[in-house]
Amino acid sequence: MEVIKLAWVDYLIILAYTIFVVGIGFALRKYMKSSAAFLLAGRSIPAWVTGLAFMAANLGALEVIGMAANGAKYGMLACHFYWVGAIPAMVFLAVFMMPFYYGSKARSVPEYLKMRFDERVRCLNSITFGVMTMLTSGISMHVLADLLRQLLGWNYNACLWLTSAIVLLYVFKGGLTSAIYTEVLQFFMIVLGFAPIVFLCLKDINGWAALKDTLAQVAQNPQVVNVGSQPFPTNAWTSCWATTGHPANNPMGIDWFGVLFGLGFVLAFGYWCTNFLVVQRALAAKDMYAARMTPIIAAVPKMIFPLLVILPGMVAVALAFKCADYDIPKKPLEGRAMQKVLAALNEMVEKQVPPTEAFEYISKEAGMAMSQEKVTALIREHAAHPLPENELRARLQAAITENDYNNVMLSMLKRYLPNGLLGLGLTALLASFMSGMAGNVTAFNTIWTYDIYQAYIAKNKSDEHYLWMGRMITVIGVLISIACAYIAKQYGNIMDLVQLVFGFVNAPLFATFLLGMFWARATGDGAFYGLLGGTLTSALFHGLTLSQNNAPGIKGAWLAKLFGSTPVHVFQSEMAQNFWLACFAFTVCFLLTVVISLFTKRTKTEEELRGLVYSLTPRITDHGRPWYARPATAGAVLLIICLILNIIFW
Amino acid sequence: MGLDIRIPIGWMFTAVGGLLVLYGILTNGNAELYRRSLNINFNFWWGLVLLAFGLLMLIPALLKKEEPQSSQQPPPGQ
Repeated sequence: MEVIKLAWVDYLIILAYTIFVVGIGFALRKYMKSSAAFLLAGRSIPAWVTGLAFMAANLGALEVIGMAANGAKYGMLACHFYWVGAIPAMVFLAVFMMPFYYGSKARSVPEYLKMRFDERVRCLNSITFGVMTMLTSGISMHVLADLLRQLLGWNYNACLWLTSAIVLLYVFKGGLTSAIYTEVLQFFMIVLGFAPIVFLCLKDINGWAALKDTLAQVAQNPQVVNVGSQPFPTNAWTSCWATTGHPANNPMGIDWFGVLFGLGFVLAFGYWCTNFLVVQRALAAKDMYAARMTPIIAAVPKMIFPLLVILPGMVAVALAFKCADYDIPKKPLEGRAMQKVLAALNEMVEKQVPPTEAFEYISKEAGMAMSQEKVTALIREHAAHPLPENELRARLQAAITENDYNNVMLSMLKRYLPNGLLGLGLTALLASFMSGMAGNVTAFNTIWTYDIYQAYIAKNKSDEHYLWMGRMITVIGVLISIACAYIAKQYGNIMDLVQLVFGFVNAPLFATFLLGMFWARATGDGAFYGLLGGTLTSALFHGLTLSQNNAPGIKGAWLAKLFGSTPVHVFQSEMAQNFWLACFAFTVCFLLTVVISLFTKRTKTEEELRGLVYSLTPRITDHGRPWYARPATAGAVLLIICLILNIIFW
Repeated sequence: MGLDIRIPIGWMFTAVGGLLVLYGILTNGNAELYRRSLNINFNFWWGLVLLAFGLLMLIPALLKKEEPQSSQQPPPGQ
């Protein structure tokens, strides 16, 4: 990807944004007098602020980069992550679960688990959550640094450390309050920074009807732009449900049951209802009503976000198909991979291997799809008279046909935004990464300080001590994220990897919460072993199954490989594998918890469970509020709108 | 907390919007630059949008701040 030049105005916009986010941290510094103020924001924030922060904390790398990538790869099917995979779960959280989280006065999700079950469940949850947050944070930082390097030619390490330093500065100064307030600012920045791209790309392709027409041609000839090898039905990129009858009919390789149960129920509820990263924003709300309204308010922008993040990806595919001057960015061939390929090329030329064989060997060494025509031409010319290394490198890169979907959003940014708006778009990108990272860091520091440090390492210390610990772990958390970013450098598609992590940890978790909140008979033993069993099921499932076009290993079937057998099942896509993994993990956790609970004694009395279990908690009434301001009715309206959207884009 | 988030958001977008409008005026007629944005001076127009949004956030917050001076500052740390 060729590097683009920024003008003074672009730098000024980035600078202005940085000054404001850091300034918010400094303005809030004077309020950070107790650990509760630092880690819990003192439960003092109005609902519209926590609602938008709830939305923005989830708007990390996954959303902007990953969803544009999904839009290109899967088209409208990517909307399932919103209309199936988010809204229903957010409404459920607001209406049914928030009263327990907020009402129990638990400071974190693991602490709720301790109150409801016992110490073991909390320990398991806080540790897995901690690991997951750091991984997610690291992945998103890696993506940012790598994109800035490719797009602007900035130094990878400098990007990584500099953006982390800014996040660290404002979180260290103003704690969770500062993270939440900056998230609101970042939310508006993201929306207003990316909106020009949406407008311009839609105008360029001549509107929605023309986009649909082009995408129908893409679906018929996906190999032209390397988005598939076999023709799909014409509506594969432009419909949500019509092609989900069989996994082979749609680019995501999924079926409606996997979407509905795996994504819509297990993964979505597991994420939105139990993930402390988002729940923490609602817990910082000033009262019970504000806490319940938080996910409802967040659901409104969430519902229209596909327009902002998925649509540009879809337009990118259409442009690549139709216009000569645009192509989906290709994977970069660099560093060690480039060395390997160069060596392979020279070896093939020296040994005078036949072209087809030589091509196969070279593209295998590259580890990605290459154009046979270009590679064989290169071999022929290089054999005739040796080419200089610079030219070899350039031509090898040009021969790569494997799409780098994570770069789709930036390629659109580069194509449409002139200097000025370009700075704004880049700032929006920075804002999305910072909001995601700040969310992870603030969730991690609270879990560490209250659920691990205070619970197991240093009990009964003064509050100043915990405040000090909270600050220290903020610094350490940022450092761990940076370490994870370097780890993440090795993996390919970010979204799939994170989905996998969610599958391992989150999928079984919702079963535990569901039973914990709605079944007073569920015991600590049941919850603990059920959760353990569910997580092990995830690992086992992943170890035994694989998805098409993947070798056994990190992508699955590692257990099968270990014992030298073939995978038990091969899915059409990684996405399908993840959805089904979630289904299995949830079911096992659910059944194990029920069975073990029935055979073990309850350790908590009815009195202790008051406020923690549905049947033992007095209902909250919203009489005296207009219907649209009641969480239940507002939630129902949102669900109906969501259903209508699904039908419109059926 | 004693910070009304609308104020920093308002100031930031007013500043950034103003900057874009200014840059749009300075670069008006630069065909090379605006070929990317389909020959529209999008800096200028989008700058106006940001400016309007910034002021929309800022003005009510500033007006509200002036009214009840005493009750605006709750004792810090509960």
